[in-house]
Amino acid sequence: MSTADTREVHLTIPVAPEMEIAATAQVAALGEWMELGRDKIDEVKMAVVEACINAFEHSGTPDHRVELRFRVGTERPGNGGRAYLEVDVLDNGHGFDPACVASPEIGKKLRAPHKRGWGLRIIRSLMDDVRIESGERGTMIVMRKYR
Amino acid sequence: MSETLKVTLEKPDGTVAILRTDGYINNTGGEEIARQAYTLLGEGTIRLLLDLEKTKIVNSIGISILIEVLEKVLDQGGRLAFCRLTPTIEKTFQIMGLAQYARIFPAPEDALAWLRGEAE
Repeated sequence: MSTADTREVHLTIPVAPEMEIAATAQVAALGEWMELGRDKIDEVKMAVVEACINAFEHSGTPDHRVELRFRVGTERPGNGGRAYLEVDVLDNGHGFDPACVASPEIGKKLRAPHKRGWGLRIIRSLMDDVRIESGERGTMIVMRKYR
Repeated sequence: MSETLKVTLEKPDGTVAILRTDGYINNTGGEEIARQAYTLLGEGTIRLLLDLEKTKIVNSIGISILIEVLEKVLDQGGRLAFCRLTPTIEKTFQIMGLAQYARIFPAPEDALAWLRGEAE
């Protein structure tokens, strides 16, 4: 891939069981094209799955859809010049405050009736950069993985 | 599109059971694992191996159900091990801290030895 190459794919999926798997196919295709590496592709797929199911379950999106934008790009030389795969996951739901999301701990979860709440932890741990913009008109999670 | 999880059970002896998964561990997949695990626990088999060789993707809902299974295994004084995880699934389990309470092995033989108390 030359430094001038960029590719972007848009996908809209319905809020429905296993539609997050459809989104991971785009990660595999673009990741292989940019020679991202198998383990890194799998990490992006996992993060995309988590972002999608967060939107499915918590956003309350009125149109019952989640939009994804997959982008292959290269940083400017002054910023490192690294190639990356970036995924935006957007919904039109009611938004949330990421600062108010409790950080889960396995010891507490083992004794608690509610064992979920791991999505953001997984996304932030598997991706190199994560940005969350959320408000009354929806949420956008931007996740980047460098090659 | 269907990624329905298949779970097959093997009981190599009276002390341990192996649950082999094939497919996506999401909510329904996790519930199927839990259903089979709770049957085993009810029968007194409290040392369980989850062999994920044919599972290439999981989500946090499915893993949360595995945490429920782990809790019940530990409550009964048992052991839970995982083997043949993809690097990303193993990394995710590490991120979540599962490896503090369950053991992760590359090979089923090593996992079974630990479950039987033959190795630490």
